[in-house]
Amino acid sequence: MLFFSLFKTLIDQEVTVELKNNLKLTGTLKSVDQYLNLKLDNISTPDSFFDENGDMEYINNPHFAGLKNLFIRGSNIRYVHLKKSFVDCNLLQDAARRELAMEKRDG
Amino acid sequence: MSNNHTLDKKKNDLVPLDTLRLNLDMPVTVKLRDCRELRGTLQAFDNHCNLVLSDCVETVFKINDETDKIEILESNESEMLVVRGDNVLLLTT
Repeated sequence: MLFFSLFKTLIDQEVTVELKNNLKLTGTLKSVDQYLNLKLDNISTPDSFFDENGDMEYINNPHFAGLKNLFIRGSNIRYVHLKKSFVDCNLLQDAARRELAMEKRDG
Repeated sequence: MSNNHTLDKKKNDLVPLDTLRLNLDMPVTVKLRDCRELRGTLQAFDNHCNLVLSDCVETVFKINDETDKIEILESNESEMLVVRGDNVLLLTT
């Protein structure tokens, strides 16, 4: 539940998701569920940019062109990069201790 | 009474995940699948070994087929990183 709660606090923030196939996607986190499936809006990749018409261009990933939002199956995620200001470290550490204590108590 | 006793014992026994708890807010090295290694400060974990690391350096290694030597392929930094547990092989201080 800790990581589900953590991701819920990150909703509407910009995150970078690195997938197990080495694809990196930056976007606004729109929703998350218990499997840590993610929904991202306004996505871009490190090599993407806006062309003169204001459309997103993708150099290495042209199949992403035209996609505005996407759903990522949680199991394909390797990392999620965050800004330090998005999280409270002390709160996280306490939550981790509490979760382990609960886990032990309930078996 | 005996039931209480077993409960207390259970509470005080250290489980493997306590190693992670004792390393909260400490620098740790995490080895991952695909020849990856992370060094950073442990901020959170859960029972899937999902991790949060701060001030984290990722190193990707590659074994050179000709020389059998381990080479560093790339090195990346991240100020706050969530790691999905299924990539984690081991965690050490």
